[in-house]
Amino acid sequence: MSDMHSHLAFVRTEMLAQQEPPIKEKGIVKWARSNLFSNWMNSVLTIVAFYLIVKLIFSAGPWFANGLWDTSSLAQCREVLDGVRGACFSVLTERWQQLLFGIAYPSDQYWRPTLAFVLMLVAAAPVLFVALPRAMLVITALFPFVAYWLLWGGTIMTSVFLLIGVIVGYLVFTKAERFGFVLGLAAGLIAAVVVWKIGGVIKPSVDGIMVLEPVASRDMGGFMLNMMLGVVCISLSLPIGIMLALGRQSHMPIIKGISVVFIEFIRGVPLITLLFVASVVLAYFFPPETNMDLILRVIIMITMFSSAYIAEVIRGGLAALPKGQYEAADSLGLDYAQAMRLIILPQALKISIPGIVNVAVGLFKDTTLVSVISMFDLVGMIRGPILASTEWNGVYWELYGFAALLFFVTCYSISQYSQWLERQLRTDHR
Amino acid sequence: MKKSVFLGALTVAGLTAGAAAAATLDDVKSRGKLNCGVTTGLVGFAAPDANGEWQGFDVAVCRAVAAAVLGDPTAVEFVPTTGKTRFTALASGEIDLLARNTTWTFSRDTDLKFDFVGVNYYDGQGFMVPKALGVTSAKELDGATVCIQTGTTTELNLADFFRTNNIEYTPVPIETNAEAQPLYLEGACDVYTTDASGLAATRAAFETPGDHVILPEIISKEPLGPLVRHGDNEWGDIASWTLMALIAAEEYGITSANIEEMSAGTNNPEINRILGTEGELGAMIGLDAEWAKRAIAAGGNYGEIFAKNIGEETPVGLARGLNAQWTDGGLLYAPPFR
Repeated sequence: MSDMHSHLAFVRTEMLAQQEPPIKEKGIVKWARSNLFSNWMNSVLTIVAFYLIVKLIFSAGPWFANGLWDTSSLAQCREVLDGVRGACFSVLTERWQQLLFGIAYPSDQYWRPTLAFVLMLVAAAPVLFVALPRAMLVITALFPFVAYWLLWGGTIMTSVFLLIGVIVGYLVFTKAERFGFVLGLAAGLIAAVVVWKIGGVIKPSVDGIMVLEPVASRDMGGFMLNMMLGVVCISLSLPIGIMLALGRQSHMPIIKGISVVFIEFIRGVPLITLLFVASVVLAYFFPPETNMDLILRVIIMITMFSSAYIAEVIRGGLAALPKGQYEAADSLGLDYAQAMRLIILPQALKISIPGIVNVAVGLFKDTTLVSVISMFDLVGMIRGPILASTEWNGVYWELYGFAALLFFVTCYSISQYSQWLERQLRTDHR
Repeated sequence: MKKSVFLGALTVAGLTAGAAAAATLDDVKSRGKLNCGVTTGLVGFAAPDANGEWQGFDVAVCRAVAAAVLGDPTAVEFVPTTGKTRFTALASGEIDLLARNTTWTFSRDTDLKFDFVGVNYYDGQGFMVPKALGVTSAKELDGATVCIQTGTTTELNLADFFRTNNIEYTPVPIETNAEAQPLYLEGACDVYTTDASGLAATRAAFETPGDHVILPEIISKEPLGPLVRHGDNEWGDIASWTLMALIAAEEYGITSANIEEMSAGTNNPEINRILGTEGELGAMIGLDAEWAKRAIAAGGNYGEIFAKNIGEETPVGLARGLNAQWTDGGLLYAPPFR
């Protein structure tokens, strides 16, 4: 072997040690060169952006750093700051309960909405994450009743009767379903109403059981109100939207007509108009004594509004399905309800997720419009009572920044979840 | 304002059957609470404090009426209303009394079918401009952009004033006083116009109040007062005379401090009649003898309420001006209690 070597000028006998890559081709320099300074246009943009960021940090930084957290009024803030630029976060520390819960929710009962919020997260989890045990759906089913009791107070029996009604209705529905889906639905509904009526009769005798201090709808406010409106309206408008979307595709002229008129009418009217109708015009239609709950009126209006939009989103999903899917369902011998539930809707809804989330996020932010009809939601709270108090008249950035932060956190989480869900449900091979 | 007129027309249509509200007093008593409409927030006049308790000059009227009728100044359900929702809230019966710095005008009194029960604050519309603008009179405001609250009489007054003086302006519509403040400070409008009391309160909250001047012109009369629905005169009388009792109490020197002492009986028959130790005044309006005593005890007499909420010692810092007693050259003049 060594003989063969002697014929060759040079043979490497061992592996070379690995070399560092050239400085330009590794680490932060490489990253910066390829991402920030890849050509002269990008370089200019990078420098401009960098300049703006530094400027922002240098102007907003001291404002945050000098922020005061424990003064009792804006005047005192200014006195302490003495001409130095600085935020007056004291308004948040003094009024955070009002920003979160409104002015009139009894302060020793704050645990109730907080608990309801935590329960909401727990209840939403099994719906949002398929990996969780299905048994958790029981919590989800119970949540609306518990939350109603927690938020509005009163005896727990109201919720119990509501729940019994729903359970009875469901049982009747499952029994009657074999006579047809619609018939089953009607029978279930009637059974539930009957139970609720009976409950209304016996309720006065059980009024004392597990009573929480009752809180009137008028006393709800702050971010809690936005949350309540957002969660309730989105969850109600999904099923209604699905029905409207299917109704619009129906071959039965009356159902189709009603759906089309409803959707087009509601979409043709701004939400703020509907809210004014809820707060102002509806009051004329009821006799003065029977004042229907304002929150309920607003929930109905917002739900109508968002279900019209969701219906159109889902119609898009239905239209995107190949006709073969409908025909396949028919050829399997499924009836309409089965075909929709088992074949069509699962696919159509999957396609519609981005659209639905878009409507949901928009709707959640639109709940701040209720401040215009003098409800004290988060924005109403800031615009009205807090900025009109003698102590905090003139504090803007801190308050609106706080509101923006709360909404951003919520909306960003929703959109992140929906992107995750889309990845989970992706069945094609891209 | 157009909207209010439109809604007012609706009111007329809706309330032909709505004489149901004829016995507001009975409704209030059976409910045990007075539904009182207030603003969603105006410095000094109505705003909830950190504990959620409503405070302010208009709020005090609500509390006085509740004390007179129900015997408890805290038995009030405050219904926040905006400039746009206030009249429908009253007309539809959602509230019994509207105490929300509302200007007494002809059309509101007649066409919208309300009754103003008195005036609790005499105001007038003024202008505020930055000192740097160098303007000394409203007549020099040609071409200015003006921040103005929509749905209020100020909007109409402004149009009238600028038309009679033949000058041009660009209105910047805003919803609340709180909204106007940053817009004005950022220079989105050159001028901010609203009631002079509002201007004073707004300016007081500025970081450098000295950089802004309130122009000498007061271009309108703004008698602000509580109002009730047309057609229930008994209820209107109660609201009206409760307000009068507060005003008269100041005139006769009845304060929340000496009211107990005075109600033991004084040698002034007028005071005795107000406080119910003489005569039958309470029975005439369907209340007990001590109604006015409770109303005054709730927050003090007119002068005390003024001083506590908007007077010169407060950040709002308003002088009594027109709102002094007639004996001090003001316009407050309570009819005799007899």
